[in-house]
Amino acid sequence: MDKKDLIQYIETIADNSLILGQRMGELTGHGPTLEVDIACTNISLDLFGQVRSYFQYAAQLSNQEISEDDLAFLRQERAYKNVLLVEQPNRDFAYVIARQFLFDHYHFLFLKHLQNSEDETLAAIAKKSIKEVSYHKRFSSDWIIRLGDGTEESKQKIQTAVDDLWQYTQELFEPNEAEKAAEEKHIGVDIVSLQAEYTQNVGKVLQEATLTQPDLKFFQRGGKKGIHTEHLGYLLSDMQYMQRTYPNMKW
Amino acid sequence: MGNKKEWPLWEVFVRSKNGLEHRHFGSLHAADAEMALENARDVYTRRSEGVSIWVVESEHITASNPEHNGELFEPAQDKVYRHPTFYDLPDEVKHM
Amino acid sequence: MSEQEVKNLEEIFEARIARDEKIEPKDWMPEKYRQTHIRQMSQHAHSEIVGMLPEGNWITRAPSLRRKVALLAKVQDEAGHGLYLYSATETLGISRDELYEQLHSGKAKYSSIFNYPTLTWADMGAIGWLVDGAAIINQVPLCNTSFGPYARAMVRVCKEESFHQRQGYEIMLTLCNGTEVQKEMAQDALNRWWWPSLMMLGPTDDMSVHTEQSMKWKLKRKTNDELRQQFIDQTVPQADILGLTIPDSDLKWNEETGHYDFGEIDWDEFWQVVKGHGPCNKERLQTRVNAWENGQWVRDAALAYAEKQSERKIKKAI
Repeated sequence: MDKKDLIQYIETIADNSLILGQRMGELTGHGPTLEVDIACTNISLDLFGQVRSYFQYAAQLSNQEISEDDLAFLRQERAYKNVLLVEQPNRDFAYVIARQFLFDHYHFLFLKHLQNSEDETLAAIAKKSIKEVSYHKRFSSDWIIRLGDGTEESKQKIQTAVDDLWQYTQELFEPNEAEKAAEEKHIGVDIVSLQAEYTQNVGKVLQEATLTQPDLKFFQRGGKKGIHTEHLGYLLSDMQYMQRTYPNMKW
Repeated sequence: MGNKKEWPLWEVFVRSKNGLEHRHFGSLHAADAEMALENARDVYTRRSEGVSIWVVESEHITASNPEHNGELFEPAQDKVYRHPTFYDLPDEVKHM
Repeated sequence: MSEQEVKNLEEIFEARIARDEKIEPKDWMPEKYRQTHIRQMSQHAHSEIVGMLPEGNWITRAPSLRRKVALLAKVQDEAGHGLYLYSATETLGISRDELYEQLHSGKAKYSSIFNYPTLTWADMGAIGWLVDGAAIINQVPLCNTSFGPYARAMVRVCKEESFHQRQGYEIMLTLCNGTEVQKEMAQDALNRWWWPSLMMLGPTDDMSVHTEQSMKWKLKRKTNDELRQQFIDQTVPQADILGLTIPDSDLKWNEETGHYDFGEIDWDEFWQVVKGHGPCNKERLQTRVNAWENGQWVRDAALAYAEKQSERKIKKAI
């Protein structure tokens, strides 16, 4: 696979972890209990760890012409390829959990298959990351169940969050150009094929949580092509602030 | 809303590596056992401190009363015959 | 219990501490010992969790991925340390919710240093280097304090904290080896954090109310002034390595005493912040209160679910 295309593919994968890691990081110090606060920071740290592995590999592919930080902090808004789901804001803990849950179940299946990539580095990253993501999936699914089957108030809150975020789930299974190219070369994952299992797995948890699986006809998409929701711009202006204000410096 | 009840307290025991016993590491709050395990993992094994975790709700622990320490523990102090040094052996018997 | 009996118990108790024996939660202890420990330990715990906020303020803006994960891990450690300390305090028969209530109502104090704003990235360096540096000086002796759960919590805290100060100093060093703008940023942060860091070691000995009792109970090994001198003596050479100037024109080495002489601390400012009128007191407290109140429905839900689950288990068993 052409190095440039491979870097594009890596960005598509890594940007999800980057943006979700950033969102989870916002929560540090503001969690509902100290224990949950610590758990959410762990998830953020896992995600940033993955980002670093992916981007360091991309940097290596570019012969160090670009660095991991260039990729994380110095692209234009339209160059970020994350799905819309992960950039949605932390409206409340229900949104945090629903977003995490809807992404984790995808992320887990994705990594399961990425382990078989013919690209050894990506396969190795997937092998390491899937252990982390298995735990994320357990954490967020447990919380979906607790909130769904908890109080009337929590049930209504988590149902609302799942309903609102559901419109961003279809995009997870729609490959962009880089994903299509990577799949053809047996480097990438055939994400279309993951959807049935995803829907089933997510449905099982929602059912245990006594929640209703949303039935939508219209979905939002575009993140993978760089067409984002308005939320991403603000996230980036925070995330890129230092690199933009003080260009070409070491930190 | 809010019944203002607190999540119960749990005691956390961690085995640092196989071959060693579980040791008391500290405590934390959790709504149920499953959550207590997860929280213990996140709070007490962030630096690879463990390979196995036990949690038990603190109120299920029965503790001895320090006021009874005299009757509980002091009687053992003069039972020196339970210790190997109580028995005299000639120096020639090197390892026993 | 008669007055004489209490007095006898107190004597035995003080003798145990003098022999370096540890006191455990269920042991008899004077009420004042219990109250003092609840106050100091919870104050310490509150400082850890309020202390998450000024640094948490820069998590989303950390300048590199490496710095971001280090900062996240550091702030997370502070949550962990708060948790260890709350747990240790709870062994004295007070709940974490009650302790939070004291914090949220303004009844309990926390370290005043966290009421200063973090304005630039260099503040992450200055806090790690100076604030954690001063904290370590305060905390290391506590690993040997008389109350067992506090001492054990502090052993864990000190072990984990060893990376915090290094992390901060490394940030400063990188800035000082960087561009002119970065160096200015570092100097500015030192200028703003130096004096509050000195205040962190507490009022001068002649103003300090708790010192004598605290010494006896090994909550303190050295006086505030001794600790402050130790902090200054160790920090000045570190500033020299960075090539930064400590913002004190009276600071100079005293050959005779073998210590640095330093200028007058603005104690009016200290008391102003302690009394709730620092730059960020209201904000910090409000942030904690908000996190707690916004989390109420989450905590309630988890409890409700746990109750349902155990009822289901019982029904199944029948």
